[in-house]
Amino acid sequence: MPSKPAISYRNVSKSFGPLRAVEDVSLDIAEGEFLAVVGGSGSGKTTLLRLANRLIEADDGTITIEGGNVQDIDPVALRRRIGYVFQSGGLFPHLSVADNIGITPKLLGAPATDIAARVDELIELMQLDRASHRDRLPEALSGGQRQRVGVARALAAKPRIMLMDEPFGALDPLTRDALGEDFRELHRKLGLTTVMITHDMTEAILLADRIAVMRGGRLLAQGTPAELSASTDAYVLELLRTPRRQVERLNALLPQGGAA
Amino acid sequence: MSLFNDPRWGEALSHLPDYLGNHVRVSLAALALGLVVSLPLAILTRNRPAPRAILLAVASIVQTVPGLALLALFYPLLLLAASVTLKWFGVSFSAFGFLPAMLALALYSMLPVLRNGITGLNGIDPALIEAAKGVGMTARQSLVMVELPLALPVMMAGIRTAAVWVIGTATLSTPIGQTSLGNYIFAGLQTQNWVFVLFGCFASALLALAVDQLLGLIESGLRQRGRLRTALGATGIAALVAATLVPTMGRSSSGYVVGAKTFAEQYVLSALLRDRLQAAGLTATARSGLGSSVVFGALKAGDIDLYVDYSGTLWANQLHRTDIKPRAELVAELKTALAKDNITLLGELGFENAYALVMPKKRADALGIHTIADLAAHTSTMSIAGDYEFFSRPEWAALQKAYGLQFSAQRQMQPDFMYAAVASGEVDVIAGYTSDGLIAKYDLVALDDPKQAIPPYDAILLLAPKRAGDERLKAALSPLLGKIDISTMREANLRTSGNDANSSPDAVAKWLWEKVGGR
Repeated sequence: MPSKPAISYRNVSKSFGPLRAVEDVSLDIAEGEFLAVVGGSGSGKTTLLRLANRLIEADDGTITIEGGNVQDIDPVALRRRIGYVFQSGGLFPHLSVADNIGITPKLLGAPATDIAARVDELIELMQLDRASHRDRLPEALSGGQRQRVGVARALAAKPRIMLMDEPFGALDPLTRDALGEDFRELHRKLGLTTVMITHDMTEAILLADRIAVMRGGRLLAQGTPAELSASTDAYVLELLRTPRRQVERLNALLPQGGAA
Repeated sequence: MSLFNDPRWGEALSHLPDYLGNHVRVSLAALALGLVVSLPLAILTRNRPAPRAILLAVASIVQTVPGLALLALFYPLLLLAASVTLKWFGVSFSAFGFLPAMLALALYSMLPVLRNGITGLNGIDPALIEAAKGVGMTARQSLVMVELPLALPVMMAGIRTAAVWVIGTATLSTPIGQTSLGNYIFAGLQTQNWVFVLFGCFASALLALAVDQLLGLIESGLRQRGRLRTALGATGIAALVAATLVPTMGRSSSGYVVGAKTFAEQYVLSALLRDRLQAAGLTATARSGLGSSVVFGALKAGDIDLYVDYSGTLWANQLHRTDIKPRAELVAELKTALAKDNITLLGELGFENAYALVMPKKRADALGIHTIADLAAHTSTMSIAGDYEFFSRPEWAALQKAYGLQFSAQRQMQPDFMYAAVASGEVDVIAGYTSDGLIAKYDLVALDDPKQAIPPYDAILLLAPKRAGDERLKAALSPLLGKIDISTMREANLRTSGNDANSSPDAVAKWLWEKVGGR
């Protein structure tokens, strides 16, 4: 594993009343790594993500971001430092696309001209159309466009770390595929450290360097897809079998050498 | 003469700048105060269910209090507060007119503002509040940049509702001394001037509609994030406020204020007093339609300078006396008692406006009834009607006891309608007023009171403490003392029940002056 971890969980637990949402999780995410956290609903994967930027506070254990304990960092400053993409966008409906994208730099007190330039840059980067999208309200955009704006907003303050909560989950398959590929490329180009939540093992295998599997608040396994295949855990193996079975069925159903 | 070329429309219109201006000022001040209190409360309690529930419950309870009662309650409350501040800090304030009206109306405006404010803030998608946090907003930034803008359309809808309620309810602030469009309605109802009633209703409805539409423009501007609509609506409201401020500028607030209660005789007498003061070169205005419990306190506090009251009323309500004395003796004793409060009882006008049991003349003759004593034998099969206060007044108890009256039924009625009711046989007897011209009009008779169970009700002229040494004022008024006899006042009162321009209080006051002094 290269250098010090960008994000590190050490024996982290979090309960909501009687519910043990995250239980004794230890996990390192290396700088520049793309980690996918896979699990069903209620597995604790979203809680795990939100603990990193203190949208949720841990009960036990230690979380460090780029070497610093998150408890020693002001939560507002911490969140401005880390990009966060919300499930289905979380765009502010009363603000234009440009104002949504520029919100974090604005909170950080950047000059208006700098913000405008950064917004244009990100619209370009996210392959949105400046003329037709910049001053629109989010409701005028398609789901895929909205999620691109969500990613642009998370990137606006030039974070080194991106947290993504099922960012592509609600999109149609074609859009989802394109957006996933585009983000994977951005991740590489910008040298980001990315943690992405997903319930879809196929998406995780296709996009991530490493995969962490959560179930019932516990971290069952972590590693590259190849390493996971060697796991002895029945649930992990079952999760991995699903994409394989899909490929086999697709191969059987679709004529060989058909559509590329 | 048709309804449309009735000259009373012109008279009504001449009052409009004053009435409308005061109405808009008190309504908007109340609304502004209501907002300043309610909006922060809505924001503070948005995440606190327990205080929020209590707040909404209290606001709902306030809402169930009838507007007239709420307004009326604020007058004694403020009087008390004013006396406390005078005692402790040596400063007092006027508990009359603008202040109590504004406070009561502000309280009235709170429920829709609170309810919509809380609904608006709580109705925001929690994911958006989470997103605000996630992009690095502080709690305050989240409130200002996300929650308030998103809740604004719902909040504006509440403000619109509050505005319409306040403008409508403000018409009821006339009896506590706040000039409003209600002056048309109260005066019109009492003098059967339906032109005034209609004018007042239409004017306040139009005002409410206009303000509602302007606020609606702002609301839709906020909803669609259109700057133009928002600006247009705001400009409209600002223009309305500016327009109502203009007529009052440069108007002197000094001069004499003549008070009047809410019935026709009082409207006529206040107009007469005002005319006399003006004829003597003094500045004077009439403040009519004051509640009968408000008017004496207003005189005592100096909010009005003079008015006409009735000896028996003050005897019972201010001195709390239940014994009965002859006319002159009662006035003399009252004069001494009022002097302790520095109030001047300048003298009697000459007539009495006492309660009297009244029934159709024909029926009385047929049954051989001339006095209340004669009536007593028939009451077990008769019904009686009185005004809203009569049956709870001491003289009713005294009457029943003195003559052994036992009516089969008793009803409360608007005084103007009693006479027609007894004339048509709807009720058998009414507790009417001796100076009322309708007694003659409907061919009724006021029965004698041989046992003198009903106290005398001499019309008396009262001056505020600050006018105690005002010889110019006294000189201007003295020609009226002892000059108005009962038959003259009855005729004057009868004239107000007409339905033409000659029946306005101003016109009748001029007629009355020609009759008693101008001759």
